[in-house]
Amino acid sequence: MIPTMIGITLLLFVVMRLAPGDPATLAVGTVGMGAEGAAMQAESNMEDAITKFRKKYKLDEPLLVQYGYWIGSVARLDFGNEFFRPNVKVRDELWRRMQVTVPLSLVSVILSYLIALPIGILTAVKRGSVADKTATLSVFLLYSLPNFWAGLMLILIFGKTGLGWLPVLGLHDKDAASFTTFRYVMDVVHHAILPVAVLTYGGLAYLSRQMRGGMLEVIRQDYIRTARAKGLSERVVVYKHALRNSLIPVVTLFAGILPILIGGSVIVETIFTIPGMGLYAFEGLVQRDYNVVMGTVTASAFMTLVGFLISDVTYALVDPRIAYD
Amino acid sequence: MENSLLSVRHLQKFFPVRKGVFRKVVAQVKAVDDVSFDIAPSETLGLVGESGCGKTTVGRSLLRLIEPTSGSVTFDGQDVLEAGGAQLRAMRRNMQIIFQDPYASLNPRMSVADIIGEGLKVHGIIRKRKEMEERVEQLLEKVKLDPVYINRYPHEFSGGQRQRIGIARALSLDPKFIVCDEAVSALDVSIQAQIINLLVGLREELGLAFLFVAHDLSVVEHISHRVAVMYLGKIVELAPTRELFTNPKHPYTQSLLSAVPRANPGAARNRTVLKGDVPSPIAPPPGCPFHTRCPVVMPHCKTEVPPLKKSGPGHTYTCHLDG
Repeated sequence: MIPTMIGITLLLFVVMRLAPGDPATLAVGTVGMGAEGAAMQAESNMEDAITKFRKKYKLDEPLLVQYGYWIGSVARLDFGNEFFRPNVKVRDELWRRMQVTVPLSLVSVILSYLIALPIGILTAVKRGSVADKTATLSVFLLYSLPNFWAGLMLILIFGKTGLGWLPVLGLHDKDAASFTTFRYVMDVVHHAILPVAVLTYGGLAYLSRQMRGGMLEVIRQDYIRTARAKGLSERVVVYKHALRNSLIPVVTLFAGILPILIGGSVIVETIFTIPGMGLYAFEGLVQRDYNVVMGTVTASAFMTLVGFLISDVTYALVDPRIAYD
Repeated sequence: MENSLLSVRHLQKFFPVRKGVFRKVVAQVKAVDDVSFDIAPSETLGLVGESGCGKTTVGRSLLRLIEPTSGSVTFDGQDVLEAGGAQLRAMRRNMQIIFQDPYASLNPRMSVADIIGEGLKVHGIIRKRKEMEERVEQLLEKVKLDPVYINRYPHEFSGGQRQRIGIARALSLDPKFIVCDEAVSALDVSIQAQIINLLVGLREELGLAFLFVAHDLSVVEHISHRVAVMYLGKIVELAPTRELFTNPKHPYTQSLLSAVPRANPGAARNRTVLKGDVPSPIAPPPGCPFHTRCPVVMPHCKTEVPPLKKSGPGHTYTCHLDG
């Protein structure tokens, strides 16, 4: 896992640094903007500031040396400080952002599994029925909707411009600090409905299609016929024999979900201005804040690898044919 | 037939062919078209024919693993096709099936004990796990497998061993009748012999009746009391085994038998090689279904359906020729 991790981060690091845009000019530019007439500052002064900035963050060193510094501090679980708020540690900010993203993603993942699995099973068992066709078609439509569009539509419909039922910005009311616990929780739930809906529907559609496919695959196997021939009831045949076998591919899909769970969705968090990991990555990217981008991306990459590991382990747990020595 | 265990009358199974957006039924595949036969207790009926002639469909229809289109199946005095839910499941205690592919027919996620013992539990014959395991061990011994394998999973066995597990599974409910759906055709010849001898032994020991579906005539000859020959969804000839093999009446049976390899390659052989392919069961030829390939076809074969004729005790065939 460690060599893979080094490979991934090295690649990301190099790509990030080679991408156009320069944090030093951006940073000095922003600082200069503050004062009246600062744009007129002497050019040498500006150059000085840029060189200083570069020196401070070791941006003047060769790429590989920079990577060496970076990976060295990451090994000590230090992702450096933000370029634009130099007293904020990226690690601490990551931790804060995760506390926003993880509950949100967790709810959406649990919801999508809870809704998708029954849909998948039912449509597979009643294949060809009207219910199957309706469900399959609507799931397909959902799957085809891009989430930035769906998010904006939901905002238009339920936000102030439309029905005005639901808040569309952030996760808290502006007075949330003064709320009682109950009201605080209700407020968060209220704010979370739309983002969770957008986060959920795509995965739901994908999962239910996978579940249906897996179930159909298993249901025409000979051993399902064997189970029927034993005189088992249809319930036992479907839930014990067919379902358990078709869960194997669905369980392993969890590997792909874990990084999203931690990394959040850049699009959804940006649309709804939710201060989570996704928005953090987006901000970092816009400002060319290498430390922020590398921090968020490394967290996602790490979780992807953990996801693979977990799905390999669960694979071995749920399927007796697979054993790891 | 008096005192028959299983009696099949005019069994038909048509599979609809659907096309287009609205899945309209455009044609019917006549997989089984008007099949009738009886099986007596402890009797083995061989069912042979080319691929796609409907043998497997007949076997599965008997157990309602496929819902037949029409006809009647009476097992032990009970109407199988009318039975619903609980009654059908109870009936399945007495009618079992062994499948062709021993790799696909065992649930990969269940241990041998669960595969064999599940039926016992479901039918309430045995409640305690320990009792079940004892019974499963007995069954494993019966099919000549070592009882220590009880907690292993199907993928740890060879094809022959898996088929033995399949047989033990079928035996677990003490059935009176077992459909062997190409039960040995997926196995090596040496293993085939072992499994067939096992089945013959079990038949003697337990008084089982078999419907032995196969395409290998020598295997069928060895195990069957009577043999039915199917062509395009119909039984064209049915006779006691020796009678069928020595005195075949239907030209199709004759050509099938002429294709069986003989132990003495030098012996003179009168080989009848059929030309062409089996016609599509979607549109079977009018008249006699075999007339498109029959070596002795006559003009009226193409228009008139041949009658069912008798030739000696228990020997029937459908052909315009008089043997």
